Amino acid sequence: MKPPETPGYGRIARDGLWDNNVVLSQALALCPLLAVTGTATNGLGMGIATTVVMTASGLLIALLRGLLSAAVRIPIFVLVIATLVTLVDLTMNAWLHDLHKVLGLFIPLIVTNCAILGRAESFAARQPPLPAAFDGLMMGLGFTLVLVGLGAAREIIGSGTLFAGASLLLGPAMGFLEVTLIPEYRGFLLAILPPGGFLVLGFMLAGKRLLDRRLANRPRRKVSAASATTPPR
Amino acid sequence: MNDTTQTSPAWRDRVPYQALLLGTFSLIAAALLAVGDLLTRGPIAERRAEDLKASLSQVLPPQIHDNDLLAHPLTLPGRNGQPLTIYRALHGYQVTGVAFGAVGRGYAGPIELLIGIDAQGRVLGARVLSHSETPGLGDKIEVIRDDWILSFNGRTLEDPPRERWAVAKDGGDFDQFTGATITPRAVVGAVRESLEFFADHRETLTAAAVIIEHDPEEPVPQ
Repeated sequence: MKPPETPGYGRIARDGLWDNNVVLSQALALCPLLAVTGTATNGLGMGIATTVVMTASGLLIALLRGLLSAAVRIPIFVLVIATLVTLVDLTMNAWLHDLHKVLGLFIPLIVTNCAILGRAESFAARQPPLPAAFDGLMMGLGFTLVLVGLGAAREIIGSGTLFAGASLLLGPAMGFLEVTLIPEYRGFLLAILPPGGFLVLGFMLAGKRLLDRRLANRPRRKVSAASATTPPR
Repeated sequence: MNDTTQTSPAWRDRVPYQALLLGTFSLIAAALLAVGDLLTRGPIAERRAEDLKASLSQVLPPQIHDNDLLAHPLTLPGRNGQPLTIYRALHGYQVTGVAFGAVGRGYAGPIELLIGIDAQGRVLGARVLSHSETPGLGDKIEVIRDDWILSFNGRTLEDPPRERWAVAKDGGDFDQFTGATITPRAVVGAVRESLEFFADHRETLTAAAVIIEHDPEEPVPQ
């Protein structure tokens, strides 16, 4: 097997944020996604926590990749990710307690996020540390974008507010983010419950396909870039 | 350096190397977690105590006590047979209020509450510590979202009379929320049961505190 070339940073960023987005293209990480996106704030919290872990695990696994052997690589990835998540959880509980009260619920969920394992396997284990960490960061940000988008859509439809509780997560200074968009709104419960998550996610996936197709049909776009750099699964 | 995983030497695919690798990683992970646990155990316990104190101070106002609420809790057998920890507000050695946990059966699981009751059996305050009710409907029992839970303040078993300790839909005095009846019903029930528990154990709960200090400097209670 020939080692894959290291893509440039611009390419990595484009892949993570859009072309190879964890949710919209790879359809990974749906369990934590649907569980926490009742509000945009919760989505943002989960996104930040996941991004931190993805970046750190990308860096660590790329550093260790010289030692790994193919047969035991998966248990080692799992071990590294689980240790990392537990340490982050303990540290935040001890020294960032207020943030932990809001995010604490989501941190153990990160371990269940197969996207982290997926990136470890398909990118970090084959690439130098810096691009691997950057890839983790970009994949995490792409995931955060979807989480916030989905959370915002469900929150607006479901309860007529946006970023409710943001001051609890980001501090009172960010309280201005909390908006009531539809005053006296009776709420649309379906959007907040899990089926609503699936529905909105379905629309988002369809929307991305539509947009991609429209972009691909534009003549001046170069098509070669899109097909050459999809990383192996 | 770029292609180490791909052009691996033969010994790397042998079982002993793999076993050693996995073993070493497990050991390192275990050691890291043990160190992490040791370093954070103290601070986390402190934070938990602070949280508990913050919750207690919402149901036992600071004006009525001069003691450390966490210092000398009582333990009594609770309604469900489990031991129930009771935090006492003391003014000198006189009990001015007690606070203890209660659990209501909500729509989506248990609702954990903390309830403060003064020595005369009046509710000083009730707060929800944790719940998994429907967001946007049942979560109005949280004080940061709605002041519904404050409607218990000052209530006793006689006010309203026992048969009206229920949500309006059941003919009681407490409002329910639009679209959610089970959640407020569970909370009202849990508060009423707590008052009944207080009434049943009033003697024990409000008896002057006997505090045995190991510090010889402390005055002995009379």
